[in-house]
Amino acid sequence: MAGVTFSRRSLVLASGAALATGAAGLLVPARAKSLAPTSSMRGGSNNYRPGAPIVDRIGGGGFWMTGTVRRAGDGAPLPGQRIQIWAHTTEGHERDPQSHGATLTDANGEFRLEMPQIVPAFGQPHGHLAYDSGEFETVFLRPIMGSSKDKTLAAHFVLQPA
Amino acid sequence: MVLAIAVPIIAAAASPLLAWREPIYIAAGFSGVVSMCLLLLQPLLAGRWLPGLTPVASRQWHKWCGLALIAAIFVHVGGLWITSPPDVIDALLFVSPTPFSAWGVIAMWAAFAAALLGLARQRLGLRFRIWRLGHTGLATITIIGSVVHALLIEGTMEVMTKWALCGLVLLASARTLAKLRVWDVRRRV
Repeated sequence: MAGVTFSRRSLVLASGAALATGAAGLLVPARAKSLAPTSSMRGGSNNYRPGAPIVDRIGGGGFWMTGTVRRAGDGAPLPGQRIQIWAHTTEGHERDPQSHGATLTDANGEFRLEMPQIVPAFGQPHGHLAYDSGEFETVFLRPIMGSSKDKTLAAHFVLQPA
Repeated sequence: MVLAIAVPIIAAAASPLLAWREPIYIAAGFSGVVSMCLLLLQPLLAGRWLPGLTPVASRQWHKWCGLALIAAIFVHVGGLWITSPPDVIDALLFVSPTPFSAWGVIAMWAAFAAALLGLARQRLGLRFRIWRLGHTGLATITIIGSVVHALLIEGTMEVMTKWALCGLVLLASARTLAKLRVWDVRRRV
């Protein structure tokens, strides 16, 4: 028999768990859930230099900044969106022009840009990303690396039409 | 004593992070390390633990180390400001994304207040033990704030020597507060 069978114990456990989840407000009926837009993070816009050029790679590379860009509400991926990236790396400070670059999202709303290794600065290994192109509300992100030895860092945007 | 101060500084001087920093940022970072070393000396001088120093000499050194600490804080904050102004402005306004910033800023203001209280002791005309409770209270805020600030930071200080130095600072402070019984503000009879 391929169907799900419940023993008395598993039935009690499963219904108890479902009740607890429902009571906690986590179990919602299937409906068009509105995807909330991403808010800018504290300090996200620090050392921002507007208009970073679109580049194949920032400096010598070796580290990957990745992420996705989606539309608020329906969550549709947004292709061709310009994401600006900067960080303190092995090749320069956040404020240095050569530490800044931009890339475009692909057809799936995904982006990835190679850049030099991010190193801890001001106490945390972190990167900065900006969506600041006008069509949607501006968002500044400041993701932190789990470890300063990481070779990649991800950040995700959900944008709201301006 | 010399080892307790020299080892963390030497370990920080070997940090790979230094290769990717400008001189002003390096100076700012090391001012922070030196400040923590001075925070170890301060309770030892106040508690007259150091051998070979008379009580008067101990207090004189406590004063000079305190002034050096204030200078080191200025170099630390000033150097960071030159390196990245928005990050320091965020910290001073308590809106920084980094949790250790607020601890550092609180410690800085407490250190300034403790120093002012130290310099104005005679002018204030407070009863000595009341004054001492105020000065040590502010110093305690400085020490706890600085230790939390340092431990949460991923910087040039090497992990083991940083924890050891912070542990010694806390130990020296606690021993001194206990030795002087600073909470006892009754008049001496």
